[in-house]
Amino acid sequence: MPHSKDDRRTPETGCAAIAVVGAGPAGLAAAVTAADHGLDVVLLDAAAAPGGQYYRSPAVGLGANRPEALHHHWRAFAELSARLAAHRDTGAIRHLTGHQVWTVERTGGGDWILHAVTGGGEEAHTAVRARRMLLATGAHERQLPFPGWTLPGVVSAAGAQAMLKSGLVLPGRRIVVAGSGPLLQAVALSLTRAGARVPALVEAAGYGAYARAPGVLAANPGKAAEAARFGAGLAGARVRVLTHRAVTEVHGDERVEAVTVSRVDRRWRPVAGTGRRIACDALAVGHGLVPQLELAVAAGCGTRPGPDGTHAVTLDEQLRTTVPGVWAAGETGGIGGVELALSEGELAALSIIREVRGGVRRQEARRAVALRRSRHRLRAFATLMGTVHRPGAGWSEWLGGDTEVCRCEEVTAGRIRTACEELGAGDARTVKLLTRAGMGWCQGRTCGFAVRELAAAHGTGQDPGGPERRPLACPVKLSTLADLAEPG
Amino acid sequence: MRRTRARTPAELVGADPEPEFRLTFDGRPIRGLPGQTIAAALWSAGILTWRTTRVHGRPRGAFCGIGACYDCLATVNGRPNQRACLLPAEPGDIITTQEGDGHAALEG
Repeated sequence: MPHSKDDRRTPETGCAAIAVVGAGPAGLAAAVTAADHGLDVVLLDAAAAPGGQYYRSPAVGLGANRPEALHHHWRAFAELSARLAAHRDTGAIRHLTGHQVWTVERTGGGDWILHAVTGGGEEAHTAVRARRMLLATGAHERQLPFPGWTLPGVVSAAGAQAMLKSGLVLPGRRIVVAGSGPLLQAVALSLTRAGARVPALVEAAGYGAYARAPGVLAANPGKAAEAARFGAGLAGARVRVLTHRAVTEVHGDERVEAVTVSRVDRRWRPVAGTGRRIACDALAVGHGLVPQLELAVAAGCGTRPGPDGTHAVTLDEQLRTTVPGVWAAGETGGIGGVELALSEGELAALSIIREVRGGVRRQEARRAVALRRSRHRLRAFATLMGTVHRPGAGWSEWLGGDTEVCRCEEVTAGRIRTACEELGAGDARTVKLLTRAGMGWCQGRTCGFAVRELAAAHGTGQDPGGPERRPLACPVKLSTLADLAEPG
Repeated sequence: MRRTRARTPAELVGADPEPEFRLTFDGRPIRGLPGQTIAAALWSAGILTWRTTRVHGRPRGAFCGIGACYDCLATVNGRPNQRACLLPAEPGDIITTQEGDGHAALEG
């Protein structure tokens, strides 16, 4: 894994042709493609090493000889990493690791200034200037609350995967995996390969729903083969796959001791009397992913609601956002997975090259056509996936009045219901003002979807729609904000 | 992905780590490996809780694992509100359970 120690620079006065935000699959593919074609690229990423959440790998000090054992599609990453390293050596790509971009602004001349914080405890900040910007900011996991989900030992499924991939650690020895979406299969399989026992994979939807779109499946034989491989892998690891079921309660005093799994109907309403207890010492849970749109929203990019119930950046065929000079690729434009992110990153870079040069060579045009074709095919699959796993409206019926919905501010479902039914709140923003739900450290990243759904179910008002607005993409010190206000 | 199944994550990836070091959690010595985060070092010692909440004093630890949820805040070397899932562990680090917003201990 290439690392550089010397790329923490002071504020830059130069102006790059393109700033890529995020060094996950989409951002990496975009950055190396743009650099291959002679563009001067600055790549900003919050992590110390490239790869994003998907290609997180063990820290160098852990001396992993087979990091690929924890990964799918590793070859694509190895190849992109090698190209990134070569471009860093020549200076074509300036890779700013440990840089979390917290806001972006446009200058009078139409350039973009990207403001980033760096460092851990001692926060420092810097700014980067570029003619164009490509947002590959990825996603975080979507969570639905349920009784007991704040108990230690309940971890996000993606989080368990991230801690395993980067730190080679597990939250327990006997881990139930639950929620909805294809990520759960990958997580369950990784956990078993790393030595954990996974007694059950609990999926609230059913895989049979994929069969409703035979055309999409036929166009994506790779996805069907992957599903078959996962199925065989899970069976080999003696993981029981329980569909149309959900964890409706977590048991334990100071940490997880067992979970209750109940049958849910097509609307995800728990069926009374179907609960069965499964002993475990950890629960890894997640209900799909949510695009991280803070920077896109800050730049003024238009968004659209997707079939999975999340909002994503609106993109045209060239992966341009609605704001001139801003492109997006990967999960930012809608959850779709790693293959799609790799295709879109490359395609977005070719689109930028076309705009910078006023055209592309025939070979590049042909490549763009092929990439657009895979993008359409994979986007169709993503739409199907989003529809199949979109939480059913009945999920809120598994909440107790005392179930915490907002983990940061410790706001219960009962208080949110009261805000809606007695105080007249009808949208997530009003619920937040009345209860503080979504007002804590995470700025509603964890509870935002649930609060919005509860407000829609119990409230009488109109949800204003659109993605959640977070003017700062991450918490920054007041001194950092104050420096931004000063001219020059 | 290999089809093998290992007994531990380290065995799965054939890890040959640099020498381990000591840090402490609430005075108790635990082991850390170079490159591991504070949260990873705590998990490998079987510790899942290193914060109590501001309102109800309930135990919390790592949840999202990627720095988004802020549930894993810990007091590290006297500095409260550090995201344990992002902060690399260093030899000799002193981690203490963070009570509430972590500032009462500083004033106390």
